Amino acid sequence: MTRGYRSPDPAAVSTGVEASEAAGRFVGQSVKRVEDRRLVAGYGQYVDDVRLPGMLHAAFLRSDLARARVRRLDTTAAAGLDGVVAVLTAEDLNHYVDSLRSSVNPPDLAIVPGHVLAPGDVRFVGDPVALVVAEDRYLAEDALELIDIDYEPLAPVVDYEQAAGSPHLVHPELGTNLGASGSGPDPGLARVFESAHLVVTETFHQQRQCNMPMETRGLVAHWQRHAGRLDLWASTQSPHELAFTAARVLQIGEHQVRVHMGDVGGAFGQKVYSGRDEMAVLLAARDLGRAVKWIEDRRENLMASNSARVDRLTVTMAVDADGRILGAEIDHLSDSGAYPLGGAPAKSAQLVSMFPGPYRIPRLGWSTATVFTNTVGRGAYRGPWQMETVGREMMIDLAAQRLGMDPLDFRRRNVIERAELPHTTATGRVYEQISPAETLEQAAEMIGYHSFRAEQAEARARGRLLGLGLSLFIEPTSMGRGALGAEGAVVRVEPDGTVTVSMGTGAHGQSLETTIAQVVADELGVEMERVILRQGDGTPYGFGTGGSRSAVIAGGAARAAASEVRARIGRIAAHLLEAAPEDVIVDRGSAFVAGTPARQVSVAEVADAAYRRPESLPEGVPEGLEHTARYRAPEVTHSNAAHACICEIDSGTGVVRILKYVVSEDCGNMVNPMIVEGQIAGGVVQGVGGALYEWAPYDADGNPRATTLLDYVMPTAAEVPILEHGHVVTPSDTPGGHKGVGEGGAIGAPACVVNAVNDALGPLGIRLSRQPLTPDTIISAIAEAESR
Amino acid sequence: MSDRDRGHPEVSVSVNGAPRRAVLEARRTLADFLREECLTTSVHLGCEHGVCGACTVLLDGIAVRSCLLFAVQAQGAEVTTVEGLAGPDGSLNPVQQAFRDCHGLQCGFCTPGFIVSVTAFLAENPEPTLDEIRSALSGNLCRCTGYQGIIAAVQQAAAQTLKREVLEP
Repeated sequence: MTRGYRSPDPAAVSTGVEASEAAGRFVGQSVKRVEDRRLVAGYGQYVDDVRLPGMLHAAFLRSDLARARVRRLDTTAAAGLDGVVAVLTAEDLNHYVDSLRSSVNPPDLAIVPGHVLAPGDVRFVGDPVALVVAEDRYLAEDALELIDIDYEPLAPVVDYEQAAGSPHLVHPELGTNLGASGSGPDPGLARVFESAHLVVTETFHQQRQCNMPMETRGLVAHWQRHAGRLDLWASTQSPHELAFTAARVLQIGEHQVRVHMGDVGGAFGQKVYSGRDEMAVLLAARDLGRAVKWIEDRRENLMASNSARVDRLTVTMAVDADGRILGAEIDHLSDSGAYPLGGAPAKSAQLVSMFPGPYRIPRLGWSTATVFTNTVGRGAYRGPWQMETVGREMMIDLAAQRLGMDPLDFRRRNVIERAELPHTTATGRVYEQISPAETLEQAAEMIGYHSFRAEQAEARARGRLLGLGLSLFIEPTSMGRGALGAEGAVVRVEPDGTVTVSMGTGAHGQSLETTIAQVVADELGVEMERVILRQGDGTPYGFGTGGSRSAVIAGGAARAAASEVRARIGRIAAHLLEAAPEDVIVDRGSAFVAGTPARQVSVAEVADAAYRRPESLPEGVPEGLEHTARYRAPEVTHSNAAHACICEIDSGTGVVRILKYVVSEDCGNMVNPMIVEGQIAGGVVQGVGGALYEWAPYDADGNPRATTLLDYVMPTAAEVPILEHGHVVTPSDTPGGHKGVGEGGAIGAPACVVNAVNDALGPLGIRLSRQPLTPDTIISAIAEAESR
Repeated sequence: MSDRDRGHPEVSVSVNGAPRRAVLEARRTLADFLREECLTTSVHLGCEHGVCGACTVLLDGIAVRSCLLFAVQAQGAEVTTVEGLAGPDGSLNPVQQAFRDCHGLQCGFCTPGFIVSVTAFLAENPEPTLDEIRSALSGNLCRCTGYQGIIAAVQQAAAQTLKREVLEP
């Protein structure tokens, strides 16, 4: 285990922490990104940059009512507009598709009705009703105006807390608004609660948020009937999932689908599965035989892509007089919206399983439910289960307050220590390589916990509202089950000695072109700039990028394939150098005999021999220089982190300013510390947005009230804290010792910020449990407290 | 029937130093004109309502949102996109280089707008304070980086631009 952190000089961001123990020439170093050269020069290629001859443009007519019957739908005038090629409705397309399921949801689990377009009734504002395909996007949108539609409005189901008991059904086919439910009562808990020193119950709410990738969704589909070939360009996290969906929807073979992977402008979970609108575009492209481009606009993205984080969690926690947690009971309710992404309602299994987090919580009872509402479907968003951390960490602060204990001391008393590992949680998870106690101490030290308390007392005496928040969590990364269980890699040394790595990943900001090149270059002993990553068409099947999985699973596959290729380079080089294979070292693109570096042959010469001079190869070594490997990941790899922040609240305006924010993270050996810190920072700021600013509410009639970026308030550079990073390094037992890190920032930040705000408001007797903590919310709470 | 026959206006602009002339519908935005007719696809559309800043370009040296202008409003102007900021040999300008050095981008979609905005900002204010930098950046949205590397990049670019001006007057 190594530890280290540095000061928050923003100009020092790229210098990185000291190299970890497992550092190679490239792995473990803050190497600059390969991707950036084209991106900063303006030559990235995103899906909207694709232009094909004769390409058509699609636009959707979307419902402006939350729940209604379509009384009349007349597309004649729209279809007659010059330049319009087709206007398609449910009647034209829906019979092709029986289910919206993803490859993760087997057929029996997909329970959302498989309506590509609204089937005579609309179920949320933004529900796609018709698709116009025209020579030009401007014309397509003109045609939308000419579609004659008349609705019979029906009472919508908007409030998810009332949905289960509503007489109105979101999906009449299902006969219920309940999407999924489950429970795991612990009969022993009642006695624990009876005899405990203190039992605290509180309900926490998270508000509707949007993933908000800067690039919206988009797809270009080109079906060439006579060639039997479908070419796709998409903004996707998962090119192979897209191929799966396209093949299923169009009833063709996956071998007929070519997904071209360009640059992707962010996703955060939104671009794993294809939406109904994307399926409609696929079907339109097949029927029309010409390339069709659909680029979602921002209004559609906010209104009709997916929502996230609509969660209610009630936590009851029992503690003894010394502050030891004796047991907890949780009840979770989430909003799946109308058509959740992936075709199945959100289940809470991961949330329940992760609730004990980094603490000894000997007993846990749970119940969960998710409901359908007439709102946009739920989708994955960076740490989709993170309500467990939000609820647990806020409850811990509340319990500590009730006990009259300091929240840091309370956490110290309950946090799992290294000596207790392996630790099995009440939910059956086994932790082996984690360090929550160490990250807690490091974060406390970095934030200056003890000096802050003195400073806070002084500030309070002068009427300032200053607070400190902590948040601790375990992040389940790189889940190795089902479709997610393995990734493949083909590592090929080309005849000139350069290296191509083909993988099923779908990088969309994670810097895989850099990190995979780091891993493979080290494994092969070549220069990084000689290694290139290819994704999309022609790559081995993989689930793509998401779930904090690429470093461990994709990295593991790349490492395994490269390791075999390196062994073969060694054998060929040994033969050419007339040396024993075990004496040959491959480094910086050359193979040489240990001790006599003058006896060397370049990797390019080895490759030339492997492809063009097969007669020069040693016996038993196959021609060519490539290898395919699949890496099967362990069921889960646990990362952990502690967040701490200090905020000040302006009691006049209710504005929360974060003065300092520190993260102590343990993601094992880092491939590239600069990139790790970038992932953490991005997640933290999304979490800060979720705690303080971002909100996509509906009114009582089911109208979305945030459909522009003026209404949906994201953090900007003006208010973000400058982060300080600390690292504790406990390698995992996967090859390379890495752990995932992509989602952690967004998991830990909301509770940390809310806890800091509540700490600041404590002297006023205020404790908020419903996000977001907007200036309005805080001002009202202060006014209410003052009037008490 | 050609566009001209329909009485559409003609627009002549210079895009990254190259003259461009087109006849187009008056309603076509500058962003669409730049992306589709001029093939400067660095002009990214993140919201099309003037908030996110991804489509920012320089119009006669002033940073503007190309999604909020019609192409015809740029008549006679010099337009610079991020493609026009690098040297002819592909060398990056100090802002572009700083974004790469400081990990100021991840997915890269917002990046051209940021780099154009920052280039204009530093031309106006070569020695900004941290608060001035934060405020200047607040008109551009990024969802990946949490702005950490972007703020650092502006500091580095400011320091380098200043150094160069001193060393190479």
